[in-house]
Amino acid sequence: MNINATLIGQSIAFFLFVWFCMKFIWPPLTRALDERKRTIADGLAAAERGKREQELAEKRALEVLKKAKGDAAEVIAHAEKRAGEIADEAKNQAKVEAERILVAARADIDQELNRAKENLRRAVAELAVAAAGKILEKEIDAKAHAKLLDALVKQL
Amino acid sequence: MTGETLTSSEYIKHHLQNLTFGRLPDGAWGVAANHEEVQQMGFWAVHLDTLGFSLGLGLVFLFLFRLAAKRATAGVPGGWQNFVEWVVEFIDGTVRGSFSGRNPLVAPLALTIFVWIFLMNFMDLMSIDHVPQAAHAAGVPFLKVVPTTDPNVTFGMALAVFALILFYSVKIKGLGGFLGELTMQPFQAKSWPMRLVFLLPNLFLETVNLIAKPISLALRLFGNMYAGEMIFILIAVMYGAGWLLGPFAGLLQLGWAIFHILIITLQAFIFMVLTVVYLDMAHQEHH
Repeated sequence: MNINATLIGQSIAFFLFVWFCMKFIWPPLTRALDERKRTIADGLAAAERGKREQELAEKRALEVLKKAKGDAAEVIAHAEKRAGEIADEAKNQAKVEAERILVAARADIDQELNRAKENLRRAVAELAVAAAGKILEKEIDAKAHAKLLDALVKQL
Repeated sequence: MTGETLTSSEYIKHHLQNLTFGRLPDGAWGVAANHEEVQQMGFWAVHLDTLGFSLGLGLVFLFLFRLAAKRATAGVPGGWQNFVEWVVEFIDGTVRGSFSGRNPLVAPLALTIFVWIFLMNFMDLMSIDHVPQAAHAAGVPFLKVVPTTDPNVTFGMALAVFALILFYSVKIKGLGGFLGELTMQPFQAKSWPMRLVFLLPNLFLETVNLIAKPISLALRLFGNMYAGEMIFILIAVMYGAGWLLGPFAGLLQLGWAIFHILIITLQAFIFMVLTVVYLDMAHQEHH
């Protein structure tokens, strides 16, 4: 092992290799690494943003759904109320109509009754008058009397 | 596997000899055929095997990582790109953890040091005989496949790191600031005469401190790898020691190789972290 010019050769080669590495190897590699780091960071940020946006959209969708549900419930409640009202109205109308018909019927019955009573009264009066007249003219004629009475009874 | 003509000592020596190219004793340039020729070549010679494997592995690193860098996109990474990105992020995290300044050089520097040294260390896990034997068959007298067991490699890189330390110390703090750092501490004084008294001891201590950085950097890596290689060679010698020790050597080799996986990674990592720390100290105004 002797020291000789190999030493100088090795030193020169060392400088040349380091220079080459510094010029042509290190920069592209670190650039690529940095670029990838940035790309990954961007990707992560985008993913984060996307996630947040999705959360927001979900929240919005939930709100819309809730609102729709509320609207639907309102519509249904309204409809039910309206249906109830319509049914009540119909019931009331029917009741009123029934009342009216009843009243009319009662009025008719009363009228008929009165008329009948009037007729009867008139007939009874006529009969009474006729009977009285007959009784006064032919008191003795029992047979005729009885006959008259029978007719009266028949007419009543 | 000691051949018929090789003793254990020759075998070890052979394994520790680099393929050296330099000025031969007869004045011509060529590859040394034996140790004596290598000794006579002096400083102006190069280890062809060391430089070849070192540059080759460095280029493999650059090619493979450039491949991933060219295809790098922010999209889903493929298998190889994924691995490269994992390494890059690991280095980046380590550098961010220990380097507080701003310098676009430091992270690529750390990446190059870590992967390159790891690959060079990894050659240690190759079978220590087959490649040199193949080379020998091809007419190459010596071949050491692990560049980091050659002090030239570790010192070469440590000195390059040292040059960067000096460069950034002067660049960030200015020449005055750097010299001040060398002479005004650790002994500090308020008055100028006292400062002059402390100047020399301070200079001595700080210089030792400064010089110790590249030397420790180089020797730590070299020592670990050289020792590891040495143990592999000794285990390999054991194979030739008979039917009793042969299987035991196999067991030892497996154990040491598994343990060595840890060492080669750790040493590459330590070299990288210390380089980053030293450069961080060079970037700080007061440490």
